[in-house]
Amino acid sequence: MPTAIIDGRELPLPEGERLNGIEAARRAGVEIPHYCWHPGLSVVGSCRMCLVEIGTRDAKTGKITMQPKLMPACNTIVGDGTVLVTNSEKVALARARVEEGLLLRHPIDCPICDKAGECRLQDYHFQHGQDQRRADIRPFTSRRRDIGDITLFVDRCIMCSRCVRFVNEISGTGELMVVNRGAHEEIDVAPGYPLHNKLSGNVVDLCPVGALADKDFLYRQRVWFLRRHKSVCTRCASGCSIWIEENQDHIYRVRPRENMQVNRWWICNDGRYGYSYVHDPRRLTSPTRRAEGGRTPIDWAEVVAEIPGRFRAARRPAGVISPFLTVQEAFLLCRLLHKWHAQVVLAVGPGPLPAPGSEADETFPGGFVISAEKCPNRRGVEAIVSHFAGGLIGWGELLDRAGRGEFDAVWVSAGSPLPWISDEQAGRFSGVEHLVVQDLFPSPLSELAAFELPGAAWAEREGAYVNRRHWLQKAAWAIRPPAGVRTEGSLFWELLGREGLYRAETVLEEAATEIACFSPARGPIPEEGVQLTPPLIEEPIAPPPRRDSTPAQP
Amino acid sequence: MAKATFQPVLLANVGKPDSHTLRAYESGGGYQALRRVLREKSPKDVVDLIKASLLRGRGGAGFPTGLKWSFLPEDHPGPIYLCVNADESEPGTFVNRMQMEHDPHQVLEGIIISAFATRASTAYIYLRYEYPLCLKRMQTAIDEARAKGYLGKNILGSGWSLEVYIHRGAGAYVCGEETGLIESIEGKRAWPRIKPPFPAVEGLFRKPTVVNNVETLACVKQIVDRGLEWFKSIGVPPSPDNPRDPGSYGPKLFGISGHVNRPGCYERPLGITARELIERCAGGVWQGRKLKAVVPGGLSTGVMTADEIDTPMDFSGPLKVGCLGLGTGCLIVLDETYSMVDFLYNSCRFFAHESCGQCTPCREGTHWSVAMLERIRAGRGRLKDLELLLEIGDTIGIIPGTTICGLADGAAWPIKTAIRKFRDEFEDYIKRTNPGGYATVHPVAWFDGSETTEASGTAACR
Repeated sequence: MPTAIIDGRELPLPEGERLNGIEAARRAGVEIPHYCWHPGLSVVGSCRMCLVEIGTRDAKTGKITMQPKLMPACNTIVGDGTVLVTNSEKVALARARVEEGLLLRHPIDCPICDKAGECRLQDYHFQHGQDQRRADIRPFTSRRRDIGDITLFVDRCIMCSRCVRFVNEISGTGELMVVNRGAHEEIDVAPGYPLHNKLSGNVVDLCPVGALADKDFLYRQRVWFLRRHKSVCTRCASGCSIWIEENQDHIYRVRPRENMQVNRWWICNDGRYGYSYVHDPRRLTSPTRRAEGGRTPIDWAEVVAEIPGRFRAARRPAGVISPFLTVQEAFLLCRLLHKWHAQVVLAVGPGPLPAPGSEADETFPGGFVISAEKCPNRRGVEAIVSHFAGGLIGWGELLDRAGRGEFDAVWVSAGSPLPWISDEQAGRFSGVEHLVVQDLFPSPLSELAAFELPGAAWAEREGAYVNRRHWLQKAAWAIRPPAGVRTEGSLFWELLGREGLYRAETVLEEAATEIACFSPARGPIPEEGVQLTPPLIEEPIAPPPRRDSTPAQP
Repeated sequence: MAKATFQPVLLANVGKPDSHTLRAYESGGGYQALRRVLREKSPKDVVDLIKASLLRGRGGAGFPTGLKWSFLPEDHPGPIYLCVNADESEPGTFVNRMQMEHDPHQVLEGIIISAFATRASTAYIYLRYEYPLCLKRMQTAIDEARAKGYLGKNILGSGWSLEVYIHRGAGAYVCGEETGLIESIEGKRAWPRIKPPFPAVEGLFRKPTVVNNVETLACVKQIVDRGLEWFKSIGVPPSPDNPRDPGSYGPKLFGISGHVNRPGCYERPLGITARELIERCAGGVWQGRKLKAVVPGGLSTGVMTADEIDTPMDFSGPLKVGCLGLGTGCLIVLDETYSMVDFLYNSCRFFAHESCGQCTPCREGTHWSVAMLERIRAGRGRLKDLELLLEIGDTIGIIPGTTICGLADGAAWPIKTAIRKFRDEFEDYIKRTNPGGYATVHPVAWFDGSETTEASGTAACR
């Protein structure tokens, strides 16, 4: 087995993997500081923070020969017999000098910088820097420049060129560039061509210092007050892994969570900035009942007491299971409706959904895909519904049947952050006597509903989502729902008459046992998720597009 | 080596009437070497010949040319490129200019032969922007050669084709670094690439590429023309003590500028001493003054003192007196009236201006050294600054491994050599101009001249 030696410790190297010095050292538990290197971008080796001593061990004699000069770990491929020394005096001095160099002209305006607290320059300075400033250059400017989607604090930049490589290699839009030369270098855009693309928010995460700042997050919260929660983006069917960062039940930002199986290191701006509907004041916050001349707020206890009876007594009930629900919630809702009335008609909806594998998917040069299908869990919900109903009924068919007055009780679960139903479509439900609408916002349909139930937003719910490539991921709840709102899961749990609090894990286990295609989700699910084996339903589904595992070359 | 018998070959045509024309070049036996190569030799024969000649690159680093060529992949299916480094921007260097202005066909013949040897299908001449006459004459030479069938498709009926293009630089020093040059031809910002991969494997447009200096290619032509024995009869053989030393064979163009009576470009065998060059070729230091310092091979090689000028000018000679190397072989002579503080300030200013800004140590180190020297010249220097300057000089560059390319070494060597060799002068200057504060060890306020005392320096620091 090939073995590398990192700080005197032997590291067995996995076969068939090309690791550079930084990655190999990380496996050995040694963190090599770096600015310009990023696993998703090409190697430039310019920040010189990852300098290490490199040598080779002769396979026969075991003699180690070190190279006299320092080498950047990021551009060193670690193979059998590679020796890395990261803790020598020489390396420490080199790091200290790079830190000193970077701080020569840095404004050091940490107290007013958004990055403070999660800034590489700060962290590395405390870990590797010198305790005294020897330079006489006293920088004090922190020019701010609007470069499009993002704002740039010109003088904080350390010229790692990550953002420039990102727009060249991943988004393929190439707006950013370096202007001027030497110590006068700045990041800039060409006049009239601002940084404006659907992935532009990622450059803020890439920036190791506070140079590129998010206009949405700027000056809103100090990062050390934020708590972050593992979640999944629900703005399209790609299902990117994300961190939701919140403080006291208020989301301040959403950032990508590394997941090599799904989104790697990136998310799109729709997902990043699309959280604001969670805090929209127009959200429904109380269950209401249709009454003479308007709607009367009611208590959840009334909902729990009254709705089951109406569905049990119905002639022909139907359920609309939203692809915005988690696997668990869809499973519980189907079970619930089925339990109330064995002849219940279950449909997946609402809203017209583009066909799977649609051409309208947006693929970027770096391999990132924004799905044209704007719901997070269509695959999972379809599998569950077809399990309970023995087949799938589309939204269109349900509308037709509702329009013909076939149903007398319908449960519509929605949860889309965007308006999803027209007046005309809602009108088809006007003959439904017992209409239950569970949604985030008032809609033409909820006006008609006998019961209008407020739903919880994605950040408030716990569950699992199945993305367009049948990849199941868990999402934790990040914030509590607004007062008066109950999460779907806990409502269904109670309606099913189960004891105690809603437990998403139990429900997933139950679904995985009961539905064959969910069986990979049994047991603990790894952080990056599990692959369900398609086809999840009998209907033929286009095979998922192959994902290139290597980053695209510029 | 009997100096009397040395005949210039690289500059042989210079001074003849219309030396830049094809007619004049052919009448002196021009393009005969190319005809012979295409008729009699295979590319491998030429590579072997150059390898055996131990020709070392004349651009500054002195890397063996034949070895560089042999790094090219044997059976590369796609194109191979030859880049001609004519971005002669090292301060004090002007020998390529002489060649391209006065004997462009010799350079072009060298390019064609070298392209044949490296199996290149396209050659790019990266020409310095500030050389308009070179541009005119090289372009005319290319046009003349193409009209005569020395260039283009099916050269001289051999079935082999070559196109030569001139790419004009835009005045950046870093474009002379081979990967910076490649990036610049590709139309990008001239940020040198990290190696590996080396250009011979992945260079211009991600294809195998050889980058050679103008003078090197002219030497290739001479070796092919005159043979191995002739070439090896000139210069310095490899040192017997060092088995890896390829020696310093061949003629070399030496440019001499600065405070001498006859500045100019002279062709002499490698190994001639700097004293001979200054006293015999250039007619000694001007105005009867004494010699103070000599830059041996372009500014980035550092300085030699007047006592060190008996150093042989070969690839290892200047190294022995602490310089970076032979460099471009272009001497800058400073007479006794010239202040080394001014010299170093000018040098640092140049490198700070030309640093491409990619690597932190070079971008910040060159900038910091100028800031310190500006302050010293403004009468607010401290003795401690010399230590800081030396530390910058000792830690930036590709030799300590802290940068991608050698520009930082070029910035470091003048700092190191000037301060180490002329320390007294620097100390005297600082003590004389800053009698009150030269001894302080605290940082000095930079922006307002009033704060130079120890106390306020401390305040600025804390």
